[in-house]
Amino acid sequence: MLKLLPLIPLFPLVSSVLLMVTTGKMPKRLVAILGAGSVGLSALTTLLVGLAFMESGQPHHQVLWTWMQVGTFSPDIAFYLDGLTLVMMSVITGVGFLIHLFSTEFMEEDVSYSRYFAYLNMFVFAMLILVMADNLLLLYLGWEGVGVCSYLLVGFWYQNPDNGLAARKAFVVTRVGDTAMALGLFLLFTELGTLDIQPMAAAANSQWQVGDTLPVLACLLLLGGAVGKSAQLPLHTWLPDAMAGPTPVSALIHAATMVTAGVYLIARTHELFLLAPPAMLAVALVGLITSLMAAFTALVQHDIKRILAYSTISQIGYMFLALGVGAWTAGIFHLMTHAFFKALLFLGAGAVIHCLHHEHNIFKMGGLRTRLPVAFWSFLIGSAALAALPFTSGFFSKDMILLQAYELPGAGPWLWAGGLLGALLTAIYSFRLVFVVFFGEAKTEPDRQPGLRMAVPLTLLCVLAIIGGWFALPLADVFPVAGEHHPSHLIEGISIAIPLIGLVLAYLIFLSGQLKIDGLVNSSLGRTLKKFWFSGWAMDLLYDRLLVRPYKGLAYMLRGEWVDVIYNSIVKVCQMLFVGLSHTQTGRLRWYATSMVFGVIVVIALLLGVI
Amino acid sequence: MDGVSIPLDHVLLLSALLFICGLLGLMMRRNVIFILISLEVMLNSSAVAFVAAGARWGQADGQVIFMLILAVAAAEVAVGLGLVIQIQRRFKSLDMDDADRLRG
Amino acid sequence: MLELILFYMAATIALVSTILALTRVNATHALIYLILSLLAVAVIFYLIGAPFAAVLEVVIYAGAIMVLFVFVIMMLNLGEKGDRREKKLLKPQVWVTPVILALILLVELVLVLSQSAPAETQGLISSKQVGMTLYGPYVLAVEIASMLLMAGLVGAYHLGRRYLEEGGGS
Repeated sequence: MLKLLPLIPLFPLVSSVLLMVTTGKMPKRLVAILGAGSVGLSALTTLLVGLAFMESGQPHHQVLWTWMQVGTFSPDIAFYLDGLTLVMMSVITGVGFLIHLFSTEFMEEDVSYSRYFAYLNMFVFAMLILVMADNLLLLYLGWEGVGVCSYLLVGFWYQNPDNGLAARKAFVVTRVGDTAMALGLFLLFTELGTLDIQPMAAAANSQWQVGDTLPVLACLLLLGGAVGKSAQLPLHTWLPDAMAGPTPVSALIHAATMVTAGVYLIARTHELFLLAPPAMLAVALVGLITSLMAAFTALVQHDIKRILAYSTISQIGYMFLALGVGAWTAGIFHLMTHAFFKALLFLGAGAVIHCLHHEHNIFKMGGLRTRLPVAFWSFLIGSAALAALPFTSGFFSKDMILLQAYELPGAGPWLWAGGLLGALLTAIYSFRLVFVVFFGEAKTEPDRQPGLRMAVPLTLLCVLAIIGGWFALPLADVFPVAGEHHPSHLIEGISIAIPLIGLVLAYLIFLSGQLKIDGLVNSSLGRTLKKFWFSGWAMDLLYDRLLVRPYKGLAYMLRGEWVDVIYNSIVKVCQMLFVGLSHTQTGRLRWYATSMVFGVIVVIALLLGVI
Repeated sequence: MDGVSIPLDHVLLLSALLFICGLLGLMMRRNVIFILISLEVMLNSSAVAFVAAGARWGQADGQVIFMLILAVAAAEVAVGLGLVIQIQRRFKSLDMDDADRLRG
Repeated sequence: MLELILFYMAATIALVSTILALTRVNATHALIYLILSLLAVAVIFYLIGAPFAAVLEVVIYAGAIMVLFVFVIMMLNLGEKGDRREKKLLKPQVWVTPVILALILLVELVLVLSQSAPAETQGLISSKQVGMTLYGPYVLAVEIASMLLMAGLVGAYHLGRRYLEEGGGS
């Protein structure tokens, strides 16, 4: 059964290629069957392979062929299956299938139906390659593949130039991180002589001591790549803009799978990170600061998708925090539960947007609780899991992260406190969303109800968002065993209480109105702060002033540069030759015949030796 | 056929003269039909040269090549005359100087 | 001796009628002269010992191929108009360059001919010999010629169609 592994990425690839070569001439029904069905087949195969893997319990290594051979460098096209890969694959194919199913209805009226599924299947393929890769080079291929698909899907409605700009921004900003990652790969290869993950980890352990400079450098470069892909500070600015894409795309790429690739990368190379405690600390700090910043920003946004985008950034910050404190299992656990509940929230938002004439502003919604019950229950369950209310999936994973952060010697309690503040904010903004959209008076009437193909994935994701916390992940063999927990009851109690406090606060402020915050908001400090938060801590402005404008200015200055003169003169000479030669083309048959005769005379004269 | 035989040089000279005549026609005439006729003359002159060479060596190869030249001439005339008809329809004249759309 | 006299007569006829053919204004007249030239060449073929080639020259060249020309000229219905612009043939700028080039070429050809040792044509080559050679070592050339003729047929059929007139096939 394990031999079926290569089939899993093959299904979406074949479907994508088929959809591409038929260039939209396939009937929509067939496109839907092919697009969603291929991912469904992948999910089934993953299930089979997963069962076989559980039975054997051994990591499975499968080499398909040698990719290229350059000197001693010969990366294989090879897959590696262990617990971590299996978790990621299940999330990608499982949640991916539900989102594909949702999309078949969501995108029904779009003219580019088959293009959409071609891109989406290609994305699933690239993402599977990313997580299944046995060496970092193949991983990088998947890494860039998902980047391209993200670009294509963010700019899916390319007729609007703003969407194209958003897509370009997503591509360029992640490219900054990818460059760092490529440098990291170069460094690892020159130092360790291989990019195959398992031998590389062994080589690193034998060559390097804990705290050496090289592993720190390599890990920081890898972190750069992870930060770009996972939208963490300082490269997070692309994710909110990436919401320009269709909502299921946001659910699949920008919530459940691609943005968590950074988390996966760090977890996959955790043996390197264990050699570099400063890099670990950097991961934890990046995660914590990002999660707080994004949570503050999410508090004041109007756009339903932007709220969710900032929430995603914040939650991935939690995962980074977990990785940074060495809570590998907790980080991956949160990755999985987050994939469930954030996909649920995004699809719920998609259903709301779909049924509400593409309305994005939450203050123009309201009272949808009775009108869109499916979306309401999805949102309620998703928000509960997001806010980590007890017994939802998010509760278990977030609790695990916070407790393990607390136990980190030194900075632990501080990280814990920061995480708690983030949890409080998360509860407030997520229930602000629920209360504003689904309670209160109705402002926009929905013009339709979500159909079966939307409701079924939502329901399934609801179930997953609730019970996801009880899944036992097969990660024991992958990560070093964490120390025994001895959390005091006080710490645990506080962790449970904080989201509830947040919920109550949100209720008081946004629903019952008993807690008046207008005075606070309208004070000059409050207004400035709100504006500051609303703009995402003015990061876009900062980058614009710091990087974009100086670059544009420099380009403007260098327009008349002398290097161009050389190239322009080459062009001029070519043009002159062209004009001269084109005079010989008179279009007259006799002229051509005469020229030929002239040539014949010269040739015969040469043969005779006259000339 | 016995007795005095014909000098090869003279036959080849005739071939050369015919060829030059065809060439002059090709370079000077504007009418498509005459251009085709010139081509025929040139092909024919080369056929003369081949047959003469074959006769010089007493080999049949010269005549075989002559038959191939016949095939080439037939194909060329068929296509060329088709083009003549098209040119007449498009430009309403047979003057090749009217068909100068390839002018640079 | 008779053969030599016949040869020079035929050669003169061939040359003169060719020149006449290429200087006519009326295409039909030109064709008649061309046919005359081809017949003269056929006589030459016979004289240098290639009777089979002579027969083919008459039957296919002067017969079939020229008939094609006649058909097309009839189809185009050129009449007596001729082309007034052909009168410009007499202007020096039209004929000076071609004539100079042609003369140079002729001189070169004569030079080439004069370099070779004088030789004479040898006796008769029967049609049987030709047939043996054609379907012996040259059978591949026959195949190629058949393909060429097929291509010519298809090309002529395509070019002759009327829809090209509307720009449909260009």
